[in-house]
Amino acid sequence: MSVNKDTVRKIAHLARIAEPEERLEPLARELSTIIDWVEQLDEVETEDVPPMTSTVAIKLPLRDDVVTDGGYPEDIVANAPGSQDQFFTVPKVLE
Amino acid sequence: MTDNSELTDLTLAQARDGLRGKAFTARELTQSYLNAMNDADALNCFITKTPDKALAMADEADTRLMRGEGRPLDGLPLGIKDLFCTQDVLTTAGSHILDGFTPRYESTVTNNLWQDGAVMLGKLNMDEFAMGSSNENSYYGPVTNPWRRSGGETKLVPGGSSGGSAAAVAAGLVAAATGTDTGGSIRQPAAFTGIVGMKPTYGRCSRWGIVAFASSLDQAGPLARSVQDSALLLTSMVGHDPKDSTSINAPVPDFESAMTGEMKGLRVGIPKEYRVEGMPEEIDRYWRQGMDWCRAAGAEIVDISLPHTRYALPAYYIVAPAEASSNLARYDGVRYGLRCKSDDITDMYEQTRSQGFGDEVKRRVLMGTYVLSAGYYDAYYLKAQKVRTLISRDFSQAFNKVDLILTPTAPDAAFGIGEKANDPISMYLNDVFTVPVNLAGLPGLSLPVGLNAQGLPLGLQLIGKALDEETLFRAGGALEEAAGFNATPTRWWRDV
Repeated sequence: MSVNKDTVRKIAHLARIAEPEERLEPLARELSTIIDWVEQLDEVETEDVPPMTSTVAIKLPLRDDVVTDGGYPEDIVANAPGSQDQFFTVPKVLE
Repeated sequence: MTDNSELTDLTLAQARDGLRGKAFTARELTQSYLNAMNDADALNCFITKTPDKALAMADEADTRLMRGEGRPLDGLPLGIKDLFCTQDVLTTAGSHILDGFTPRYESTVTNNLWQDGAVMLGKLNMDEFAMGSSNENSYYGPVTNPWRRSGGETKLVPGGSSGGSAAAVAAGLVAAATGTDTGGSIRQPAAFTGIVGMKPTYGRCSRWGIVAFASSLDQAGPLARSVQDSALLLTSMVGHDPKDSTSINAPVPDFESAMTGEMKGLRVGIPKEYRVEGMPEEIDRYWRQGMDWCRAAGAEIVDISLPHTRYALPAYYIVAPAEASSNLARYDGVRYGLRCKSDDITDMYEQTRSQGFGDEVKRRVLMGTYVLSAGYYDAYYLKAQKVRTLISRDFSQAFNKVDLILTPTAPDAAFGIGEKANDPISMYLNDVFTVPVNLAGLPGLSLPVGLNAQGLPLGLQLIGKALDEETLFRAGGALEEAAGFNATPTRWWRDV
């Protein structure tokens, strides 16, 4: 298996997804199956091949570095599960 | 036309002509669809219905039509995939984590549709965050395909991820619908439900305001009952948008006028790699039939090779989860949607995301996090992006010899709900013919061509050069006429 239980625990934490201990083993099996399957790409010779960046050759558009949007904090917090005085509220992060 | 039940049988183009000719009003047309929607709760196509908004929009369209100021889509009732942000209307992406999310803005594509006079009937069910090929991954429950096997009552999937869109169009609950396609999510459900689905060139439709899945692959497009209807809808959806840096600034043709009814002088490529093991004989037969229809319409059939086809799915299942894991990092329980209570902020994030995301989404976020984690970037993501270049080159070389490519849309017809739920890779294989098109960013169109022995629809796919949607509409129109597909599902859901 390419992915073990400890690796799943680590990536689940990196992804900020709580996975109960009993889910780690089945997830390791599922992810290993998928990873073993995608590893068939190793058969392909890609030494001098550039990675794909875009379909139609377009240049990233640039614009003047000025403020073009904003000024509506009430809309920004309108969907927040918790807000106060146009700020998002979160659990205490500093002691 | 006074019998309102017949109004929902009209194509988008027929309804447009009827409205302009004052045969009926937009309010009458909209009311007919609202009635059809309310009779079809058994299909579970809608996450949110917006009848009041629909009637108000219809009345505005009627006022304009009365004055002779009709816009291109005036009064035409559409369904919107619940991945498009709609101002003041719940937008869920089929996920628990977006509970209660009511955008304060409108996506560019839907805004374009409303500017052209279209009417919104509601928001359509879908696989959570557009991840799935069967619409079984929705927090709001699976959608049921309006089609059933002859003589059977087994509930079949409508395909995915735009499953609600496809089922609603096929069942006559909306005149047409929007969808999005990251690996086949417009074309595969279109094939499973006997309708037309079109994914334009990457960059044609703005992605602004569409909930992001895999940004280098996501593209919006229409699901409709005819090729002409898809052309009509796509013409209004596309256009350059400075708010999406990948939006293409190219002239927008009138796609409807590209439909000339013939294919004279067109060279149609048949890729040998698309003949996969275990594919039902019927699909092969319709593919050959499609080649004959092309010849009869004046086209020439040319054998081509797309040698890296078999690596498309594995490359996709690196690129798409990697980009998804990054895009879905924004769901943190702070700015919108679900929040699980905790005194510790990390625990709050982890609990919110654990409870808010479904199994397939979690699987892909974990997969994406793994392939992007320290030390693995080159081995997986970079490698997949290089393979993507090779797939794209395969198409470029083929397009030196041909004008378009003809393939089946999916390797099989619709399957039963639950049949493939425990085998992710077998589910992923549904997209074997559609994924390469997304990786290369090309336009693809699926159209229904016939029924299999069990009475279920099958589709063929046309793949075009970048920005050459016109050739797909031209060829699609000719094939549609040759196929003469006019079967519709029996309306069993009205009695449920």
